[in-house]
Amino acid sequence: MKLAYWMYAGPAHIGTLRVASSFKNVHAIMHAPLGDDYFNVMRSMLERERDFTAATASIVDRHVLARGSQERVVDNILRKDKEEHPDLIILTPTCTSSILQEDLQNFVNRASIISDSDVIFADVDHYQVNEIQAADRTLEQVVRYYLDRCHRQEKWDQFLTDAPSVNIIGIFTLGFHNQHDCRELRRLLRDLDIQINQIIPEGGSVEELQNLPKAWFNLIPYREVGLMTAMYLNKEYGMPYISTAPMGAVDMAEWIRQIQKNVNTLALSSSSKRVDYEPYIDGQTRFVSQAAWFSRSIDCQNLTGKETVVFGDTTHAASITKILVREMGIRVSCAGTYCKHDAEWFKEQIQGFCDEILITDDHAEVGDMIAHMEPSAIFGTQMERHIGKRLDIPCGVISAPVHIQNFPLGYRPFLGYEGTNQIADLVYNSFALGMEDHLLDIFGGHDTKEIISKSLSTDIGLIWNPESRLELSKIPRFAREKVERNTEKFARQKGIETITVEVMYAAKEALNT
Amino acid sequence: MSVKIDETLTVECETGNYHTFCPISCVSWLYQKIEDSFFLVVGTKTCGYFLQNALGVMIFAEPRYAMAELEEGDISAQLNDYEGLKKLCIRIKKDRDPSVIIWIGTCTTEIIKMDLEGMAPKLEWEIGIPILVARANGLDYAFTQGEDTVLAAMAHRCPEPEFSVRERKETIQNFFISHSRKKEELVEYANHPSLVLFGSLPSNVASQLNLELKRQSIKVSGWLPAQKYTDLPSLGDGVYVCGVNPFLSRTATTLIRREKCQLIEAPFPIGPDGTRAWIEKICPIFGIEPQGLEEREERIWESLKDYLDLVRDKSVFFMGDNLLEVSLARFLIRCGMIVHEIGIPYMDKRYQAAELSLLQDTCMKMRVPIPRIVEKPDNSNQIRRIRE
Repeated sequence: MKLAYWMYAGPAHIGTLRVASSFKNVHAIMHAPLGDDYFNVMRSMLERERDFTAATASIVDRHVLARGSQERVVDNILRKDKEEHPDLIILTPTCTSSILQEDLQNFVNRASIISDSDVIFADVDHYQVNEIQAADRTLEQVVRYYLDRCHRQEKWDQFLTDAPSVNIIGIFTLGFHNQHDCRELRRLLRDLDIQINQIIPEGGSVEELQNLPKAWFNLIPYREVGLMTAMYLNKEYGMPYISTAPMGAVDMAEWIRQIQKNVNTLALSSSSKRVDYEPYIDGQTRFVSQAAWFSRSIDCQNLTGKETVVFGDTTHAASITKILVREMGIRVSCAGTYCKHDAEWFKEQIQGFCDEILITDDHAEVGDMIAHMEPSAIFGTQMERHIGKRLDIPCGVISAPVHIQNFPLGYRPFLGYEGTNQIADLVYNSFALGMEDHLLDIFGGHDTKEIISKSLSTDIGLIWNPESRLELSKIPRFAREKVERNTEKFARQKGIETITVEVMYAAKEALNT
Repeated sequence: MSVKIDETLTVECETGNYHTFCPISCVSWLYQKIEDSFFLVVGTKTCGYFLQNALGVMIFAEPRYAMAELEEGDISAQLNDYEGLKKLCIRIKKDRDPSVIIWIGTCTTEIIKMDLEGMAPKLEWEIGIPILVARANGLDYAFTQGEDTVLAAMAHRCPEPEFSVRERKETIQNFFISHSRKKEELVEYANHPSLVLFGSLPSNVASQLNLELKRQSIKVSGWLPAQKYTDLPSLGDGVYVCGVNPFLSRTATTLIRREKCQLIEAPFPIGPDGTRAWIEKICPIFGIEPQGLEEREERIWESLKDYLDLVRDKSVFFMGDNLLEVSLARFLIRCGMIVHEIGIPYMDKRYQAAELSLLQDTCMKMRVPIPRIVEKPDNSNQIRRIRE
C-alpha cells in the first residue's frame, strides 16, 4: 500500500483501450464495474474526439460477484458483433475484474465460435504493467494474431513492394501530439520518395495487418509503444526497424541516414535505384528548419549555460535533453524518466549529456529534485509544470501525461523539421517568459494603474454589515471586486444604506434581468 | 387534432449497459465542501487515474485527498492492511492535521473483503482522529450516490440534541438582545422544532436556501454536511430533516431509522418551481403559512423570459447518469420543453415520491405527455430510440 495522488502512467486497461480504439472498426469490451469506462470521456474531453468511442463495459456488479459473469460477457460480445459488425472485438479486464480471476479466455473462445468478428482476450497483468507497457503488449498481440493466422492459412503474399515503403508503428489515440507528428512524418516520407504501407494502430485496419511484411522496413517513432511489435516482425519476418526518434536536427539527420542505409541495402536486390539524402538533410537543416539558424543567433546565445531539468517518458526526455545540450548550448542539470522498465536504455542515451539522472515514478521525488536544483527552466510533464508554478520556475511541457493543451487544434508536431521549430519556440519562450517576470520586478513593476481608480467606492454612506462582509470574503478573489461594485451600485439605486446578505442576493438576481 | 395526454407514470428497468461515473467522484466536491476533512480512497491505479483526470487542475492544488494504492501484496493478503493504513493515516495526520479522515471503499476493497469498518474504530482510538468509512463502490452505486454513502456514514457521528433546549433558550435571548440594539435588524424566527437540511451544496447556495426559509420565519439548525466536520448538526428524536439533493435516499433512511428523525418529504429545490414547492412542503410542518412565494416565482420566470423563448417546444432526451434527471426534467418541462425519456441509474420511488408527483402535475399543467422513466438504461437502445 502506498500513498499516491498523481501517477505518470495510467492503469493497464487504458493502454489496451487506446490501441483498440485507434484501429478502425475494432470494438473493445471491458469487463469492469460501473465507472471504469471513463476512457470514452477522456477521449472526447482531451482529444476532442467527435464520435462515440467504440468501447463498452460488460458491467460487473453484485450478481457477478456472487455468481460469476455466466452468460453476460459472452452475450455482450455477441451483441456488439451483431450491432456494430466490427472486424475485431477485444475483451479486457480492469484492475477490479482481474482479481475475480474469471476465465475470460474461455468466454472469448466460446464467443468466437459464434461471432462473425474475431475475438481476442487482451492478455495483460494489471498489477505488473502500466498503461504504456500494456499498449505495447496489446498492439503486438493483435499484430501477432493476424499474422500468425495468415501464415497458418498460407495466404500471405511474400513479396515486398516494388518501390521503397515503410510501416509507421506506434501512432495512436491520446498520445502526446501524435496526430501532428504523424502528419509531419507523412510529409517527410513524401519528400524522401518513400511510400507508406501502413500506419498502425491509428486509423489502421486489422484486415490489412497481413500486409505489414510487404514494407521494406518499420519506423518506430516512440520506443515506449511499438517496439515489441517491431521486434516480433524483425524476428519472424526479418524486417529491419528504425527506433531512433526523429526529434531534433541532429537525430533527424541520423534518422534519415538510417533510412537511406535501409533503402540502399534493399535496393540492391530490387530494381530500385540507390538514394542519397545528404543534400536533403543539408537543405532542411540549414534553411527549412529555422531552429539551427536561431540557435546561433544572439537571442538564443543568451541561454548558453543556463541550467534546466528534463523529465518525461524515455523518448521525449532523452531527445529534449540532447537537443538542449547539443543544439542550443543549454545545460541539463538533471534528466529523468518515469519509464522505469526502460531505464537502462535511457541512461545509456543521455550519458554525458547531463549531470545527474533520476529514474522514478514518484512525483514528490521529482519535485524535491527540482527544488534542490533550482534550474532556470523545467521541461517536463503537466505535473512538472505545476511544480514550476509553485516554485516560480518556467516550464515547457514535453511529454505525457497529457492535458487538453497537449491536443492543440493547431499544427504542433514534435518530430520532423517542423518539430525542431516548435521545440526551439517552446524552449525559448519558456525562458523568455520567466525572464520577463523578473525584469518587471527589477524595473519597477507593472503599469501605474493604481492611479487610475476603477471603483466608485469613494462614496460615503454605504455600510457592509459583518455577515455580508463575511459572505463577500467567501467569494473567490478574482470575482470579488465585481460583486462588490455590482452590489453597491444596486444598493445606491434602491436607496439602501446598509448592505446585508439579502441585499447581496437581491443585487445578484437583479443582474440577471 | 386532439391528442390524448398519457397521464400514467411508467417506470421501467432496462438493466442495460450505460455510462456513468464511479461514485468515488464524490470526493472531488466533498473535500472542497468539508474544509477540515481528508479523503483517503483505498483502491487501485484505475481509481487513482480516474480521480486524477476528474479533479483536473485541482489535483495540483494539494487537495485534501489521496489514494491508498493497493499493490499486489495487498491484494493477495500478504501484507497487513491494518499496519498499511495506520502508516498512511499517521502521515496524513502529520502533514495535514484534518479533523476527520474519511476512508472511501472501492470495488477492489469489496472484492477482497477488506474489513474497513472493523479497522477504523481501532485506528481511530490509536491515532486520535475520527475515521469514517463510506463504501462508495461501482458495484453497488452510481456517481452522485457516492455522496449518499458518505453522508449516511457521517450521520452516525452527529451529536445528540441534548443541548437543543439550551440552544433554543439562547436563540430567544439573542432575539431580545438584538431587538434592543438594532431595530432594523430584527430577526424573528417562529418557535419550532429543529430543522436540519442534508445534501452537499456550495456555501453560497446553502446560504440562499437558509435565507429563503428565514423569510418564512424558519430557522435552519444546521446542515449535513457542515462546512466544517466539527460543526455537525444535532440529530435525534424530534429533529426534522429535509433533503436538497435527489440522490440521498440512503442518508434519508439512515436519518429516519438510526437517528430517529422526521423526514419532510418534498420535491427538490431545483428551479423556481421546485424551490417554491420545497418551501411550501416545509412550512405547514411547522404550522407556518408561506408568504409571497407565488410572486417570487413569477418574478424569476419573468427574468428568464429570453431563455424560455429559446427553449420552448424543443425536446430533450435524458440518457441518465447523475440521478438528478427527474428534477431536471420536471424543470425543463415547466420551461416549456418536451422530454422524451428520462434515463436514470437508480430511482428510489419513496424518497423521490414528492418529486414524481410534482412531475406529473407539471406535465398536466403544461399539457405534455409524461415521459417514460427508464432505470439502468441501455445506451445503445437509447441511441436507437433517439433516432426513432
